[in-house]
Amino acid sequence: MANRFLKGRAFKFGDNISTDLIIPGRFSHLRSNLPELAKHVLEDADPGFAAGVKRGDFIVAGRNFGLGSSREHAPLVIKMSGVSAVLTKSAARIFFRNAINQGLPVLICDTDKIDDGDELELDLTSGTITDLTSGVQLTSGKMPKVMLSILGEGGLIPYIKKYKDFRL
Amino acid sequence: MGKTLAEKILGDKSKTKVRAGDIVIAKVDLTFVQDTTGPLTIRQFKESGFQTPANPEKAIIFLDHAAPSPSQELSNDHLFLRRFAKESGCLFSEIGSGICHQLVAEAFASPGDIIIGSDSHTTTAGALGAFATGMGSSDVAIALALGKTWLRVPESIKVKLSGSLPKGVCAKDLIVYLIGKIGADGATYKALEFTGEAAAKLTMSQRLTITNMAVEAGAKVGLFPSDEITQSYLKAQGRGDKYKPLHPDADAKYENAISINLSQLEPMVSMPHAVDNAATVQGVKGTKVQQVFIGTCTNGRLEDLATAASILDGKKTHPDTRLIVAPASRQVLLAAIKANYIQSLIAAGAAIMPPGCAACLGLHQGVLGDGEVCLSTANRNFKGRMGNPEASIYLASPATAAATAVTGEITDPREAM
Ligand code: SF4
Repeated sequence: MANRFLKGRAFKFGDNISTDLIIPGRFSHLRSNLPELAKHVLEDADPGFAAGVKRGDFIVAGRNFGLGSSREHAPLVIKMSGVSAVLTKSAARIFFRNAINQGLPVLICDTDKIDDGDELELDLTSGTITDLTSGVQLTSGKMPKVMLSILGEGGLIPYIKKYKDFRL
Repeated sequence: MGKTLAEKILGDKSKTKVRAGDIVIAKVDLTFVQDTTGPLTIRQFKESGFQTPANPEKAIIFLDHAAPSPSQELSNDHLFLRRFAKESGCLFSEIGSGICHQLVAEAFASPGDIIIGSDSHTTTAGALGAFATGMGSSDVAIALALGKTWLRVPESIKVKLSGSLPKGVCAKDLIVYLIGKIGADGATYKALEFTGEAAAKLTMSQRLTITNMAVEAGAKVGLFPSDEITQSYLKAQGRGDKYKPLHPDADAKYENAISINLSQLEPMVSMPHAVDNAATVQGVKGTKVQQVFIGTCTNGRLEDLATAASILDGKKTHPDTRLIVAPASRQVLLAAIKANYIQSLIAAGAAIMPPGCAACLGLHQGVLGDGEVCLSTANRNFKGRMGNPEASIYLASPATAAATAVTGEITDPREAM
């Protein structure tokens, strides 16, 4: 993994942030123009997000983050916006897999313990999350080995380029 | 110990003895993309260094979401996909043919298949006993390249159906009821397996509506056994040779079981802005509606148009309410013309769209205005879904939609029949 330790600020969201909120269908015409598309990331959920987020920051969400469509543009533009990981109580299946395939870590943890704007430090290898503002420490749930190695290579495409096949 | 449908299909395809929780690598029988997720998929396919798909004859490129294209950019995406289809030898479905999931059901999905589509409602083909699931562009690109994918064998939830649907109550009401009961993440990572004497009697069209929306409870797949209904559907589609019976074992291990008596159901809606925000039509009746949309991979089939036409025949849509109808496929449209459903709908005031996704995802053919309310037969009502975050969407059955189009307010179809 390129970067074992991540540090940044928490941007809090509620439950059920859908892919339609992350990247609405009305911007479908921008899907082959990713930099333009990324300007609209999460704009229907938090209009200030795209302008406020800095490289390294975290999305900290409630239950079922990323439900809805299979559009991989969702984790892709989240990553392009500078977000280095998503912390959530639970993630929708396709979004979870897409995020890992894009090399965007998704950590499942009790996000109620994190407040908006808190400074966080993540250790991706141990799955430990330290809230530097409050002092609280959290551990994230484990993911299957195959996903860990895909994440370790920075996503599915680099993984397949390297190994030419799946390795279980 | 017996096996669930999910364990049976994945075990068969990966040639290993599998149990829920195992990770398998399995051959894929069909891989497909559509026009809003396809361009990224193909770019990733190329980036990963592959020249040709492993099995181009088992890969399809559908143009259905922006069909025909409403903008320059989307037209260029279409150009890119048409060109790739030509150079790769993949099968290709031009605008006007219909929605990917409907066409997969009509012409491709068979019992026991593994189907990977770059669209979340790929679960639809589970109605035919196929392990069909949606994935993102990277996964589909690699399935295209290698002809296989990795899958975690899901735990299964058994949904046991008894009784029979009362008049005016549709398969849509059943699935909205179920999602309301278990929640939008009630089946995350799981298989929803439908069984029971009432499941065996549901038509293929009803089954497709149900498995289509399995993903709205978070499920990886929604599965029906392959039985006589499957056999006669495949025969009618000229694919009788693809039939094979497929049932879960009597002693299969389920994570959980839910029983629903269809006779006790009533017309349902999903209220804005969540599919699991379920209520009875009785609970919201009288809500004014400016647009009614009948169509989509959930409810754009012949039976759905027949239901709508039977309610709208000889009537007019309410002056403050517009009605948009989009058949799910060319086959559906032709049959609906032959049966005079389209004539009845047009005479009642409907605007007919070409077969495709139409207004469903908010990029054309029925984008809502600020503060407007739409009642739609689609599967999603998230904020912004129909192109405007200032609008509200109620999801309901084709019967409720047709009855609502006449009165201009949410109406119980049992009162209109
Ligand atoms: S009809 Fe709607 S839900 Fe179905 S594939 Fe098209 S956009 Fe998706």
